[in-house]
Order: sequence, then C-alpha cells, then structure tokens
Amino acid sequence: MSTDNSLATPKRESLFSKKNRKLLKDPLSDSNPITIQVLGICSALAITVQLQQAVIMSLSVLFVMISGNVIVSLLRNLIPDRIRIIVQLVIVASLVIIVDEVLKAYQPDISEKLSVFVGLIITNCIIMGRLEAFALANKPGPSVFDAIGNGMGYAWVLLVVSIVREIFGSGAISLPGMGQVKFLPQDWFIASGGFYENNNFMILPPMALVVVGIIIWIQRSSNEALIED
Amino acid sequence: MEYFSIFVKGIFVENMIFAYFLGMCSYLAVSKTVKTANGLGLAVIFVLGITVPINYLLENYVLQEGALAWLDPDFATVDLSFLSYIMFIAVIASMVQLVEMIVEKFAPALYGALGIFLPLIAVNCSILGGALFMQERQYPSIGEATIFGLGSGVGWWLAIVAIAAIREKIRYSNVPAPLQGLGITYIITGLMGIAFMSFMGIEI
Repeated sequence: MSTDNSLATPKRESLFSKKNRKLLKDPLSDSNPITIQVLGICSALAITVQLQQAVIMSLSVLFVMISGNVIVSLLRNLIPDRIRIIVQLVIVASLVIIVDEVLKAYQPDISEKLSVFVGLIITNCIIMGRLEAFALANKPGPSVFDAIGNGMGYAWVLLVVSIVREIFGSGAISLPGMGQVKFLPQDWFIASGGFYENNNFMILPPMALVVVGIIIWIQRSSNEALIED
Repeated sequence: MEYFSIFVKGIFVENMIFAYFLGMCSYLAVSKTVKTANGLGLAVIFVLGITVPINYLLENYVLQEGALAWLDPDFATVDLSFLSYIMFIAVIASMVQLVEMIVEKFAPALYGALGIFLPLIAVNCSILGGALFMQERQYPSIGEATIFGLGSGVGWWLAIVAIAAIREKIRYSNVPAPLQGLGITYIITGLMGIAFMSFMGIEI
C-alpha cells in the first residue's frame, strides 16, 4: 500500500495561496494548453464557427476536466500503473456520455451542430494530459485548480477564435439560448446597396488554424521567452 | 465504383486533418521529420483500417436500436447507443494493444518501424473520429466502412508527410521569430487546408 505524503504536512493551505494561484494563472498564458503545449486542438478548431458552439464546448470540456481530475486524483493510489490509460479513458468516456445526453436533452440544435466533436472530448489531449501529468500525482484540491486553469486556458482561445470568425464571417454574435444576433444594419451590405460584405473565408475550416496561428504570433511577440528556435 | 468514391472522398474531400482537424495533436507534435511522420501515418492507416470495421460490427450487432434482435426477438426494442463512446474507446484501446503484441511477435521489422507510435494512437482523435463518423454516416456494409477507414487513414498520412516535408525545408527560411515552430505550422496547415478545399465541389 502506498502512503499519502500529504499526511506529513499538518498545516492547512489557504484556498488562494501562491501555489494555487499559479495553478490557475499559468495555463491562461505561459503554459496555455492550445498555444504553448499544443494539446486539445483536435476538437478546438472545428467548432469555432459560431460563439454559441464554442461556449457549449468550453463548458463541456471544463466539466469533464474538473470531474475527471477529481475522480482520478481520488483514485490515484488505487489505479494500477500498467492499466492507468484504460482506466482514465473509461472515466473520461463515462463523463462525456453524461455531457452528451444532457446536451441532447437541453440543447438539441447545438448538439446536432457539434456532432462527433462532443464524443471527441474523450480523446481531447488536454484532458488525458492533465490526468496523466497532474491528477495522478496530486491531491484533489490542487487538481481542481489545475483543471479550472487549463479549462479556462482552453476556453479563452476557443472564445476569441470563434468571436473573430463569427464577427467577420457572419457579421453576427450568437450565445446559447439567444440564437444568432446580426448586429450590422441590413443596408450596409452590398446586396442592399451598401459597402460591406461578410468574409465567407472566415467560415471555412482552415481559417480557424490561421486565426490560432495569429494568436500565437501576438502572444509570442509580447513574451519573448516563449519563442521557439 | 462506390468503394472508389468513398476512398477518394476520405483522402481528399473529407480529409481528417484539413476538413475536420482530427488528430491535430500528434500531427503537430510528430511532424518534425519526414521519417517519423511516415511511421506514424502508416500506423494510423493500419489502426483505422482495423478498428473502423470492428466498431462497425459492434454498432450494427450490439449498440444500435434493435441491433440485438439477432440474439432474441425480445431485444428488438433495446437501444444501447448511449454506450457507444465507451465501447468504441475500449475497442480502440484494446485493439491497439493487441495489434502491438501481434505485430511485435510476427512482424518484427514492421514493429521496429511502427512500434513506438502504436501506443500513441489510442488517444489520437482521428481513430475515435473515424468510428464516430462511421456511426453518423450509416455505411450500408462492412466493406464500405473498411474502405472509409483506410481512405481516412491515407488522407491523414498524406497530410502529416506533406507538413513534415514542408517543416524540414522551412528551417532554412527566414520566419519572424514569434511565428517560428508552432505558429508557422498552424498557418501553413491553414493554407494547405484552403488548397484542399478545392476538392470539395468534386462529385465522384
């Protein structure tokens, strides 16, 4: 039986100690899962045409990450090392099934649009990566912070990409429950004698990659330490 | 002709990388040299060609609504499709393990080439993506499902070998410092994706 070394430290840590704040803050910028660690891109790019899909996707990933991290962290001393990948996959897959059923029940339109990408949260590398790298070796408390940090790091990139793509591609913004709001006046468009035209390029899948590429460019030019050589 | 059309569609029109971004993580991480990219690409073709037909059988004889009717007519109303994620991922993880052992035993040369990549593949989104697309598109027979798996695999291989070749060359170019590495790879993949969009209108 392995012993938990946490028993050796009787002093309680405060909720927002320096360590916990670091766990929350780092994944937002310096070790962002998408732009720096290159994790979880698979599902991130395909669903950023509209903001509402990105919001739902971020919330789903956040939920799966937090619960997955807590469960694995609680079980960390019980999971045999050799079969840990399969155990993790089963835990994540069960959580994703819950998310999928809830989405099908309450947001059927968005669930339809996300199609296979909800299922692909299972193989989202951020989740497996964090389970493997953090939850397996840490107590549930810090694991929650780590999950929130990484989930938010994933979410902000998704939201920025989808806002850019939706504004320039469809001239609109959409949120779950509100539907798509076209905020540009109709007579601005060339079709009704105006000067403006939506950039249909932005709706095409490859533009998600280019937008993320530009985010990386901006991020790395403001922080020289992140530049690769 | 049906088979040919599914195959070509899988490679060009519905390319796993350029149209759906599946398997991007390993695509970006393992595309530094052509040799390793080739190895991973072949392993993906191999595993997709095996897991898609197995998941097809699972889907049609166990999971779908009424699929269990062959066992007993009473089961005709049983719908297990909510279990499909967990079943598919279990099949993929165990098949990858099994394939790894079989290849190691009977084809050591192939194992030498693919060996280190096989464990990586269990969590490659394109494998689970292949199974989920197969489920969504309802292919009429196992033959078509297999061809779809192989075609998507070849499309993935093509994409990773192409980007690896470009990345080998781009080392000698003058890329702005913040874009070096990851940034330029994203943008090039985007441009390649736009090029692949031109296949979209083709009706085969």
